[in-house]
Amino acid sequence: MGGRILLIEDEGNILEAITFILSRAGWEVQGHGNGATALDAVRRVAPDMVVLDVMLPGRSGLDILRDLRADAATADLPILMLTARGQAKDRETALELGATGYLTKPFSNADLVATIDRLAADPAGHARGAG
Amino acid sequence: MLSFDGLVAVCVLYVLMLFGIAFLAEKRAAEGKARWLNSPITYTLSLSIYTTAWTFYGAVGSAVRTGLEFLTIYLGPTLIFIGWFWLLRKMVRIGRAQRITSIADMISSRYGKSGALAALVTLLSVLGATPYIALQLQSVTLSFSVFASPGAFGTPDAEQTAIWVAAGLALFTIIFGTRSLDVNERHPGLVSAIALEAIVKLTAILTVGIFVVWGVADGPADMLARIEASPVSQASWNGARWLGLTVLAATAILCLPRMFQVLVVENSDERHLATAAWAFPLYLLLISLFVVPIAVVGLEIFGTSGNPDLFVLTVPLSMGQQGLALLVFLGGFSAATSMVIVAALALSTMLSNHIIMPLWLRLTRHDDPMSGDMRRVALMARRLSIGGVLFLGYGYYRLSGGADALADIGLIAFLGVAQILPALLGGILWRGATRIGAALGIGSGFAIWAWLLLIPNVAETGGLITPVLEAGPFGIGWLSPATPLGLQATDPLLTAMILSLGVNTLLFILGSLLSFPSPLERLQGAQFVNVYDHSRPLYGWQGAVGMADDLLIMAQRILGAGRAGRLFQAAAETQGRPGTLPDLTPDFLQRLEREMAGSVGAATAHAMVAQIIGGASVSVRDLLAVADETAQIMEYSSQLEAKSTELAQTAARLREANAKLTELSRQKDAFLGQISHELRTPMTSIRAFSEILMQADPVDDAARARFSRIIHDESLRLTRLLDDLLDLAVLEHGRVTLHEGETSLGDVLDRAIRSAGAQVGTEQLAIRRDPAAEAVTLWTDADRLAQVFINLISNAQKYCDADRPELTISVQQRPGRVEVEFADNGSGIPTRQRALIFEKFARADTAKGAPGAGLGLAISREIMARLGGGLSYIPSDSGVRFRVRLPARALRAA
Repeated sequence: MGGRILLIEDEGNILEAITFILSRAGWEVQGHGNGATALDAVRRVAPDMVVLDVMLPGRSGLDILRDLRADAATADLPILMLTARGQAKDRETALELGATGYLTKPFSNADLVATIDRLAADPAGHARGAG
Repeated sequence: MLSFDGLVAVCVLYVLMLFGIAFLAEKRAAEGKARWLNSPITYTLSLSIYTTAWTFYGAVGSAVRTGLEFLTIYLGPTLIFIGWFWLLRKMVRIGRAQRITSIADMISSRYGKSGALAALVTLLSVLGATPYIALQLQSVTLSFSVFASPGAFGTPDAEQTAIWVAAGLALFTIIFGTRSLDVNERHPGLVSAIALEAIVKLTAILTVGIFVVWGVADGPADMLARIEASPVSQASWNGARWLGLTVLAATAILCLPRMFQVLVVENSDERHLATAAWAFPLYLLLISLFVVPIAVVGLEIFGTSGNPDLFVLTVPLSMGQQGLALLVFLGGFSAATSMVIVAALALSTMLSNHIIMPLWLRLTRHDDPMSGDMRRVALMARRLSIGGVLFLGYGYYRLSGGADALADIGLIAFLGVAQILPALLGGILWRGATRIGAALGIGSGFAIWAWLLLIPNVAETGGLITPVLEAGPFGIGWLSPATPLGLQATDPLLTAMILSLGVNTLLFILGSLLSFPSPLERLQGAQFVNVYDHSRPLYGWQGAVGMADDLLIMAQRILGAGRAGRLFQAAAETQGRPGTLPDLTPDFLQRLEREMAGSVGAATAHAMVAQIIGGASVSVRDLLAVADETAQIMEYSSQLEAKSTELAQTAARLREANAKLTELSRQKDAFLGQISHELRTPMTSIRAFSEILMQADPVDDAARARFSRIIHDESLRLTRLLDDLLDLAVLEHGRVTLHEGETSLGDVLDRAIRSAGAQVGTEQLAIRRDPAAEAVTLWTDADRLAQVFINLISNAQKYCDADRPELTISVQQRPGRVEVEFADNGSGIPTRQRALIFEKFARADTAKGAPGAGLGLAISREIMARLGGGLSYIPSDSGVRFRVRLPARALRAA
């Protein structure tokens, strides 16, 4: 496995933890902490996969997801949504908007890595997120 | 001769028969079966009370004295019935439409329900009728004395006979005239009895006539020859008197209270009047047919020595015809009793309705004239009136005991009631007639009549004030009844008639022209004059199937189809009628009214039933009653309306509450989502780093130390968050125990600054204070107040973005409160976020350093509210300014 992952997450500690975990798993991770400039970051970084937090300052992760899916360049990009709101409705909304995977915080590191690997192997996006 | 005992026995039997007939008729009428009651023949026969004992006996006497003059008494009514049929019909229609109960009621109704006018007419009627009743009593006692020989009861004592007759008549009238206060004032029993009496008197007089023509004379030819030879045919002809008497008789049939009673009040079907229009004149013709032969034969037998007023009785007696004489006696008895009964009934109605009841009401101030108690009083008043009227008649009879000229008394009485005529005719035909005119006319005519005829007649018989009458009051000759206006009247009756009716009519017209009618008068005037526009003809209350149909339809509308149907069906079954429509008996109609009254009110129910049954237009009184009920119904419906408005408001409030709940629920979801996020975020870091540390794959020491530090900080953050949440929950919903005590504002600020500094540590925030102003003694919960200050100071630490962050704490004492302001020198809060700063979990984007959960300001605001003060954000161009307001009670010790 390997490739570039753009991680959009405003919580510094979480950003640091995920970066550490995925780096160990062989990914090149780029972090970005602001929702408002997230789309620019995607264009600039051109990642193989995006890990996107839902509650971001400046712009909601769901809005960013919608825009990414509307853009032909990123329409098929695997996107893993992370959310701390833990409500079933949010998960449904995310999948409807075209999220490839979905994880609820807090998650186990093993789940995170396994989900990322699965999304990388199956970029068509049969969304099967854990928990 | 028949003994006095026998005669009394016959009379008693006859009266008992009348009672029987009357009783039967009442019963049949109540069952709705008495078809004969509703026949035009019965109606016509009841009109025959016009021919009283006066005409029964007196016509022959009159023929002896003045030839054919007696015919005028029949001619007048005949002319009216044939020529003025339209007038009678209008009177009957008005009487029914306005539910008139008497001639006085008619006049009073027309002239704006004037009570005074009704009383005047009543007085006039009573005065006019009293001599007339006396006349009847006299004729009965006279016939008794002529007819009977002494018996076991002793010799016939005229006074005793009269008093017994009067008492008997009173009893009969009370029993059948005041059984109930019927709505329509009809008395079927009484009418049946007088109809029977009409047959008896006609039969009697015809039988005598036939006996005279064919038994005494040898048939009509011989009779005519005898008439030629008799002094009767030599009587002089007085044209003026003929005309006058004819007019008087015509007037009497319209104005006499008793005639009004049978003609209008007892009328049950307007079509009966058409039959009466020819049948009544025919009856009068038949009863007058043999007057002249009897007079001629009487003169032949008795010469001038006999009393011609009793020839009808004495002629058969002298010829030994005991049976025939008995029949005549009963005929005369019938004529007298039927007149007295109806007169007493009519007068008692007027007396009780227009004199006794108004007085009683005025004296007792009864609030509710519709109560049942009132009906009993009215009935009692009527019964007393009957007794009173008959007693008056008897008294007059006693006073005038010597007067022989029956016909004269009758004519005087006629002229008395004739005074009503101008007001009556004017009222029916002329919308311009007014109450003032009517009162002036009737009053003046009445006065002239009383002065010229009534008082002299009473005086003559009683010998009371004869000198005054002859010389005129105070010796003023032209005021003397004997020579009115200085005229040497050859005929006092004619003179009085012309004078009284002339002045009466003149004043009536003048008074009407010169006065203005009240609105009610105007309304009633139109109702009377244009009665055909406002009413339907009355076609009897029995057997009219179409009417029952109409009633059913109306009842269904009011009561509902099922209930109305059951009511009608049950009534039909009770009456034993096939089908579903009952006869419209008074019982049934009353029941129907009662049932309907429950739905629409009594007055409305009555008006509705009367409208269909009586063809009555609704009277003003009815309208007022209906209006009352309508007002009640409107009141009820406005209450309903108010209720439904209330319901609508309640529904709106419920919708509002529901929306609020929905919003609260949404807010709760959002809040839970927020809490979830706030809790899960530190937990995510903790779990991720702890799992990294737990992995077999080791990390270097620096990383390990760093990760441990993060786990530790995030644990603290979680704890703080939980503390805040609990704090907020308690502040918002729970009971907060405030530990109030005396403290100084400066001390609380010192504590807060120390705590905030300890918390944040690294960041340096310069704090400017004014210790002098802070020397304020407070009575408050120092810990809670310090918590608020800490929050404000740490917010400044977190958010103040100045190069040299500075926080100025100033204190201001205002009347009743102390204000502590926290102002920093940063760039302030962006305008769009200001509205949100007190919301839970609201955090400015500019947060730096250790972020809180965003609950601080929400908690602080709650605390200040608990302390009785407030926390507000002061909009400012430079920096962030918060103002803490401490209430007066916090200054208690200051």
